[in-house]
Amino acid sequence: MSTRADHRPGRGLGFRLALCILTGAAAIFAGAFAYSYHSAKTMLLAEVRENAMNLIRGAAARLEVPLAGVERVPRYLALRLGDAMPDAAGIEGRLRDFLTANPDVYGAAAAFAPGAFHPGLSRFAPYFCRKDGRPVRVSLGYEEHYDLENWYLVPRVLGRPVWSEPYFDESGGDIVMTTFSVPIFRTEGARREFLGVVSADVSLEWLQGQVAKINMYRSGYAFLLSKNGVFVSHPDSRHIMRESIFSLAEQAGSPELRALGQAMTRGGEGFSRLPDVVLGQPAWLAYAPMPTTGWSMGVIVPEAELFAGLRRLGREVAAIAAGGFALLLGVIALIAATITRPLTRLAATAAEIAKGNLDTPVPATPRRDEVGRLSRSFEQMRLALRDYIADLTATTKAKERLESELKIARNIQMSFLPKHFPPFPEITAFELHAALEPAWEVGGDLYDFFLTSDGRLLFLVGDVSGKGVPAALFMAVTKTLIKGNADQETDPAAILGKVNRELCVDNDAMLFVTMFLGILDFSTGELAFSNAGHNPPARIAPDGATSWLTLPRGVFLGIMEDAVYTTSRVNLAPGETLVAFTDGVTEAMDPGQRLFGADRLAETLARAAGRSPESLVDAIMDAVRAFAGQAEQADDITVMTLLFRGNALP
Amino acid sequence: MFRGVVPGRPSHCWWQAIFWSLLVLAIGCANARAAAPQQAALIPQWEPQAQFAGYYVALAKGFYAAAGVDMRILRGGPGAPPSELLRQGKAQFGTFFLPTAIRERADGFLLVNLAQFVPHSNQLLVARKADGIRGPADLDGRRVSLWGPEFRLAPEALFRKHGIRVAEAPQGFTVDLFLRGGVAACSAMRYNEYHALLNSGLDPDELTVFSMAEYGLDLPEDGLYALESTWKDNPGLCRAVTQASIAGWRYAFAHPEEALDIVMEHVTAAHLPTNRMHQQWMLEHLRQAMTGSGEPLGDLPRARYETAAEALFRAGLIPAIPAYEAFRVDAR
Repeated sequence: MSTRADHRPGRGLGFRLALCILTGAAAIFAGAFAYSYHSAKTMLLAEVRENAMNLIRGAAARLEVPLAGVERVPRYLALRLGDAMPDAAGIEGRLRDFLTANPDVYGAAAAFAPGAFHPGLSRFAPYFCRKDGRPVRVSLGYEEHYDLENWYLVPRVLGRPVWSEPYFDESGGDIVMTTFSVPIFRTEGARREFLGVVSADVSLEWLQGQVAKINMYRSGYAFLLSKNGVFVSHPDSRHIMRESIFSLAEQAGSPELRALGQAMTRGGEGFSRLPDVVLGQPAWLAYAPMPTTGWSMGVIVPEAELFAGLRRLGREVAAIAAGGFALLLGVIALIAATITRPLTRLAATAAEIAKGNLDTPVPATPRRDEVGRLSRSFEQMRLALRDYIADLTATTKAKERLESELKIARNIQMSFLPKHFPPFPEITAFELHAALEPAWEVGGDLYDFFLTSDGRLLFLVGDVSGKGVPAALFMAVTKTLIKGNADQETDPAAILGKVNRELCVDNDAMLFVTMFLGILDFSTGELAFSNAGHNPPARIAPDGATSWLTLPRGVFLGIMEDAVYTTSRVNLAPGETLVAFTDGVTEAMDPGQRLFGADRLAETLARAAGRSPESLVDAIMDAVRAFAGQAEQADDITVMTLLFRGNALP
Repeated sequence: MFRGVVPGRPSHCWWQAIFWSLLVLAIGCANARAAAPQQAALIPQWEPQAQFAGYYVALAKGFYAAAGVDMRILRGGPGAPPSELLRQGKAQFGTFFLPTAIRERADGFLLVNLAQFVPHSNQLLVARKADGIRGPADLDGRRVSLWGPEFRLAPEALFRKHGIRVAEAPQGFTVDLFLRGGVAACSAMRYNEYHALLNSGLDPDELTVFSMAEYGLDLPEDGLYALESTWKDNPGLCRAVTQASIAGWRYAFAHPEEALDIVMEHVTAAHLPTNRMHQQWMLEHLRQAMTGSGEPLGDLPRARYETAAEALFRAGLIPAIPAYEAFRVDAR
């Protein structure tokens, strides 16, 4: 049974086609795009890395030029002072000249170890720095302990020039600076005596200006780290000298940033992904060492800018793909429409044909594809169906006519049977009742009874083999023959013998009849009977005991021309009932294909003993009907009951 | 641009506000007899940093003013040793490590302990494992940088104890000399230089750390001192400064972020190359050092004093142990 959902119009063929093709195409495109995007990104990254490394190496080298320039004079001065110590004015003159000649240098000092400049002078450290663009001698501000300052202490202990960590010089300079210091040694033979330090200060502000010139992409920026990881230069001036890459790593809780800081401060070079905490977005860091100062330069570029071109390309490709998909969708829709339009028309026609309008022509199509073939097949099917239905109509009409005729034939057949009961109301010696329950078709059961010319009761129950009109005609013939012969013969066997012979004549259809034929002398109770292959009738004694009547042998009527029939005789006791029937009773089947059988019949008879013949017939018929239930009746059922009352003649 | 992360400040509960207001009031009342504010100066033994957070907080939160003291906190550092400033009368109060103060007193410079804040030693010597230094013996013959006389007693005691001779190098304001390989080991405070080393890219497992406390030299450190004469002449001032300082420390530990803000103001004013993370580390370590023992803040039990003094005596650094009663005054 179809549900409502089955009738809901589903997604069309065109939609499914478009979905499948577009999904497949989208998957292929997405795969290819992802691969190409990833490859392009990798290539771009390699290129960016190369560019960044070149840029940063170049920038570091460029920045080192002025720093190397800064180094030159202190190195020279330290060497000269080690050779020969001039007087104070000479030293001051040299420092002033140094500043004048080097605009990149902010301040310069020569700080001496106790007694080194002049015996008895514990400390001497003239310092010059730039004030309003002119070199001016200023006080260090910590003359009594400059030997603890890193710019003095570290080169002294290390015995070599050193760039200091960034620091704020609050005495003379009052700026954040880094200092290049060269130790002064006097060499006498193998002995090297430390005399002091010559230093040159570089303003970190100046350095920051230099670093700020390094550009990479739009918002990429450069920064410098000291050997300890402290910011020497950074766009955010609050970081300079104060923060280190490690303090930022600690603040952000980022071990990755710390590791990067270690790589940078240990003189490494590289191009790494920066932890997102740094910029708040993905970014890359290129870094390279600055050998002169021991610092490290880094350039940070946000990934968004690095891959801006690639992203733009990606967006363009995606837009083109979207356009392409729209176009593809249109083409598919067009194709689907050309395919499905005839199909839709065909479906409508088919629906019309299904309603029975077989004259609706299937739309003709000139197409030679599957749809065209389908249309033509459909048209052929329609025509064939129309012809078939025309044939069927004719056949049905013929069948109906036949059935009608059969019905008439049956009515005629049934009209042969005596139907008035009691048949001989004036005779009380016996009581007789019979019933025939026909199966659907014209069948072959028959019964009859009449009084013979010598005043006896002739009765018979028979069953013609086969069904239909031939059987009915055969039955009519048989009945007529019996009647005719009973006028001439008084012996049951003789009657059957004659009837048999006549039936055998021209019996090409090989039909035959079984028959029980009895003649009751109801004045005495003597029953003469003969049998032509029929089943034995039952006897119900006046006391209710049932038994089967023993029948003489005899074959069916109509088969063997020289068949011999025998007459047997019994005396019926007054009150005894004879029940003759056809095999429609015992061979009646229930829905489970079980037979009603002789035993059930005997039980039925035992229960119904003592009843009148009519009531007995009804009881048997009811029992058979109850047994058969829904099962279709296969054969005619005939029951005839004869109650012999005895010689109670009127 | 590196993005700064500003740690959130803890919200101030109403009861805390009341507590501190009452405390300030109590200090004020206790010194109400001082009609006009008395001027005083305090010299910490080093540059502005969280090591002195309590004093800076007491100043910033007006605890000294409430106690009737017009306090100035001088800028410490190598150029301004507290002993010298106290001697010169440029400061009335100073901070000292306990051993330094004992030695000064033993040498005749009559300091009195007003409050002892750090009951244990935080002093370290730090070396690189890569230089093959694993134990004290490995320091023999190496160059080691030491601070000035105020802070070198414990390392010297360690060297004597292990019979080691080291080549001394002066240690300045930073650990750069060590970082540049100029010395095999350097002096460090656990709350300061040690963290500076870590924040220069060295990992803890790269370092050998000699903790003075673990080598039997658990000498108490920061305390608040005045000259005995100051105490005798003006015990009220000494008490007011001591109580306000203790209150300052308590407030600093209760409000670390606010205390850090105050410390960073001093740091910025002094143009020091340090950062908030470092000061945060320092303040947290000081909190652990000062409150970890469970002793009342500012207390100096006799036993702790005598253990420290005996260690100095045994090391031959002082000729005799100064009497506890004379050294320690009850200014709380």
